[in-house]
Amino acid sequence: MGMTITEKILAKHAGKESVKPGELINAKIDLVMCHDVTTTPAIDMLEKAGMDKVFDPDKVVITPDHFVPNKDIKSAEMVARIRRWAKKHKIKNFYDIGRHGVCHAILPEQGHVIPGTTIVAGDSHTCTHGALGAFSTGVGSTDIAATLATGELWFKVPETIKFVIDGKLPKGVYSKDIILTIIRDIGVDGALYKAMEFTGSTISDLSVEARMTITNMAIEAGGKSGIIEPDEKTLEYVKSRSKEKFEVIRSDEDANYIETKEYDASKLEPIVAFPDLPSNGKTMSEIEKMEDINVDQAYLGSCTNGRIEDLRIAAEILKGNKVKEGTRMIVVPATTDIWNQAMKEGLFDIFTKAGATISTPTCGACLGGHMGILAEGEKCITSTNRNFVGRMGSPKSKVYLASPAIVAASAIEGKIADPRRYLK
Amino acid sequence: MKLTGKAHVYKKDDINTDEIIPARYLTSDKEEELAKHAMEDLDTEFVKKVEKGDFIVAKENFGCGSSREHAIWALRGSGVKAVIANSFARIFYRNAINNGFLAIECKDIADKVGNNDELEIDLKKGKILNITKDESYSFVPLSEFALKLIGSKGLLNYIKENKGIVADNV
Repeated sequence: MGMTITEKILAKHAGKESVKPGELINAKIDLVMCHDVTTTPAIDMLEKAGMDKVFDPDKVVITPDHFVPNKDIKSAEMVARIRRWAKKHKIKNFYDIGRHGVCHAILPEQGHVIPGTTIVAGDSHTCTHGALGAFSTGVGSTDIAATLATGELWFKVPETIKFVIDGKLPKGVYSKDIILTIIRDIGVDGALYKAMEFTGSTISDLSVEARMTITNMAIEAGGKSGIIEPDEKTLEYVKSRSKEKFEVIRSDEDANYIETKEYDASKLEPIVAFPDLPSNGKTMSEIEKMEDINVDQAYLGSCTNGRIEDLRIAAEILKGNKVKEGTRMIVVPATTDIWNQAMKEGLFDIFTKAGATISTPTCGACLGGHMGILAEGEKCITSTNRNFVGRMGSPKSKVYLASPAIVAASAIEGKIADPRRYLK
Repeated sequence: MKLTGKAHVYKKDDINTDEIIPARYLTSDKEEELAKHAMEDLDTEFVKKVEKGDFIVAKENFGCGSSREHAIWALRGSGVKAVIANSFARIFYRNAINNGFLAIECKDIADKVGNNDELEIDLKKGKILNITKDESYSFVPLSEFALKLIGSKGLLNYIKENKGIVADNV
């Protein structure tokens, strides 16, 4: 019996010929990513346990991002603590202000994500990096502490669900619409404890960046990881950013999947996940039959959709248009490089002329941190990944998840709007 | 090992980490600080009602969302000894085991247990006794590995004791 890409990576890192779903293994970890919220407790734990060591400082990347630039004294203290700790352990990969950005956007962009490797981080959206064919999963602070000290971590080998997406995406439909459609289909626990492997001609046609939007949201279906086999585009993306040598790992033809689900991309529509779950998707044709949903805020950013392609899509729609009076549009390029690129391309001119504001890279309002918090009764259309109660502010505010195109179109109309009418 | 406490029942799926401990409080990782806001965005009365040793009872996919271990710390700090639910989100479950905190999978528990019912959890037998209703329910026994971590009071202690994370024989 063959193995899936996930099983192969885990077997290799556990020093085994093969592994089976359900098996408990101890795997070597190639990369640990640390951010402000979950790493500080991990450092405390290690110190308290008398285990304050780092297995390999070159395999640690630190990206303060959640409350960065520091939103208050407490968050400033957290980052200051990490800064001191990183210095003590000679961790070079520290993305401080000036190089900062949202962790899951920085990691692949700066060449830290290598196909076939194992990555853990104290952040649930760590599944993003599966877009490059790595086994990458989110863990808590204790796991981060354990990995920092030992370079290894325990895992139960997950079963894999295969998602085959074929066909050409219609105009105005993007990778965000694919993943929101899948989550609507299988539910927020539809892939609980499982690896989600995405394949098919549609996935091949997507850029590496667009693929990241899909794997990013694997956790929103309860998945342990999302993964896409590396192809030529992946190799080109990685080789242009890293000198690291790696083995290309793909699933065997006779690999075992617990389930295979097929989607025809040509039949997909723009979709919006309504409050308060990412699975609560409504297609544009369903939305058109409803009463208007006015939006107080339109938010473009995050590890899901804050990359340069996302900003370009939104700019194309916003060009020559104005954000509706009464609606606030906030653009948050996910990393410093993306910020610079967007400025160079003139996208900031388009955004500001439309009446949007541009923020420095941060996780910011996506998790209700800062830089765009919602008041009671407010509604926000956002390109982020989670719309739980109170996610972006007041527990009485409402969050609608959508593609950057829908966010831009909705900003113009001041209500949830179909982006297709703005596209040539 | 037997634990006795009062049940706080939430007949709800997908109770997420934003509800258990909202991100606005994540600038602290102190249990007593986080405990003041446990379950705040789901039930503002929870912290007033909860007593040391109590249990939370819920439905599917408890703890979905963020990887914040603060969710475990907030609950533990508030006095909660165990969460009993149909199923748990993966990272929450992992964080629970790693902290030696009890996350117990028990089918349809939220439909069987009433609010404030007195429960007794027998970890060894895999049984929950509802003292108030004089009923008993079986739960999925914790794995040997999970029990070891709980016995060691968490993953880091376990590593110290065993000089490694997972023994080959687990």
